[in-house]
Amino acid sequence: MNYNETQLIAIKDFLYKIADDQLIIGHRNSEWTGLGPLVEEDIAFSSIAQDKIGQAQHIYEILHSLGEADADTIAFTRSAADFKSCHLVEYPIGEYDFSLMRNFLFNHAEKIRFEMLADTSLEQLGKLARKYRGEIKYHTMHADTWVKQLGRANEESHARMQTALNETFNLALGIFEESEYAGELKKMGIFEGEVILQQKWIEAITPILEAATLVIPDKNTWQPVYGGRKGYHTEYLEPMLVEMGEVFRLDPKAEW
Amino acid sequence: MSSIDPRINRLNLPENNDGKEVLDELEQWETYEVFHQKKRGDQHVHVGIVHAANPELAIIMAKEAFGRRRQTANLWVVKSSAVTATDYDDQDIFETTPEKTYREASDYYCMDRIRKYQQEHGIKDRKEDRRKKKESV
Repeated sequence: MNYNETQLIAIKDFLYKIADDQLIIGHRNSEWTGLGPLVEEDIAFSSIAQDKIGQAQHIYEILHSLGEADADTIAFTRSAADFKSCHLVEYPIGEYDFSLMRNFLFNHAEKIRFEMLADTSLEQLGKLARKYRGEIKYHTMHADTWVKQLGRANEESHARMQTALNETFNLALGIFEESEYAGELKKMGIFEGEVILQQKWIEAITPILEAATLVIPDKNTWQPVYGGRKGYHTEYLEPMLVEMGEVFRLDPKAEW
Repeated sequence: MSSIDPRINRLNLPENNDGKEVLDELEQWETYEVFHQKKRGDQHVHVGIVHAANPELAIIMAKEAFGRRRQTANLWVVKSSAVTATDYDDQDIFETTPEKTYREASDYYCMDRIRKYQQEHGIKDRKEDRRKKKESV
């Protein structure tokens, strides 16, 4: 399919934000590797992190086919202002409750986004969305099971999970920061829009949080943390990028 | 403690941590036995154990620990405490005296009779077919 210049900008913007979210949360989650609360969970969480980075790589490859740099260059050499990821994913890993809750909120948004993309007119992306279905299903199963367990286990775990939810919720709403190209994407049949995604997301997480006896913050207090999609980030992203790209930049021409 | 891994340094571990900290009781989870099925219809085969707080989490852990790098159709998890086992002290109950090999399956030669019956009645030997197919490949 041939796209005009505006359309191409809209598509690239859309792909960058999806892949950047996955790369950054994937890298953050990988920071738990070797430090997880028990070896089985260490393996599971690391594997999920790896999946996310793999998904990002495939989307960067689509971008490459649309004229952008290759995946490694995209991932490891851009500065923070070039990243379109939301603030939720860039925060440091914190305690395990924070990382679990962030992953829970993110995974559900990702799962629904990819469901919506299963029949997108951007065929390369649709193919990936269908391919990742199983992977992302497991990611949400993992998150749901933990949230339900810790939400109900004892007073401390419940309090920690509720605090984590309170801390991450407005950040998670930032996932749904609408793009200035939303109309263009909808017109091309690529994506229905962040408003619908957010609505479906609330519907998906509500019963699980209820089962976990956790309470979503009152709607009057919602203050979505926007900016990430336009390249404005927290102080945490740049140092993370420096660390993430350190080895790559030693020798960008190296064969891996 | 100083490490080349920046994540380790961020933990601010004490200098003299000998790694012998004792876990609290709540951190000691039960174990679950994991059974792996390769293809639908195959037997579930015991592959190992996982630690987990409940059966659902045991499934989540088992999926990555045992289903990640091999073909998998299905997993079972069973609380280790639910398994009743023989005692190794009683291992001698499995011994058979050499004179009683007629009690063992290997002592019986009957495939020729089974094949003859199958041929006479036009029954296909699927196992034999599969074997031949494998050999021809």
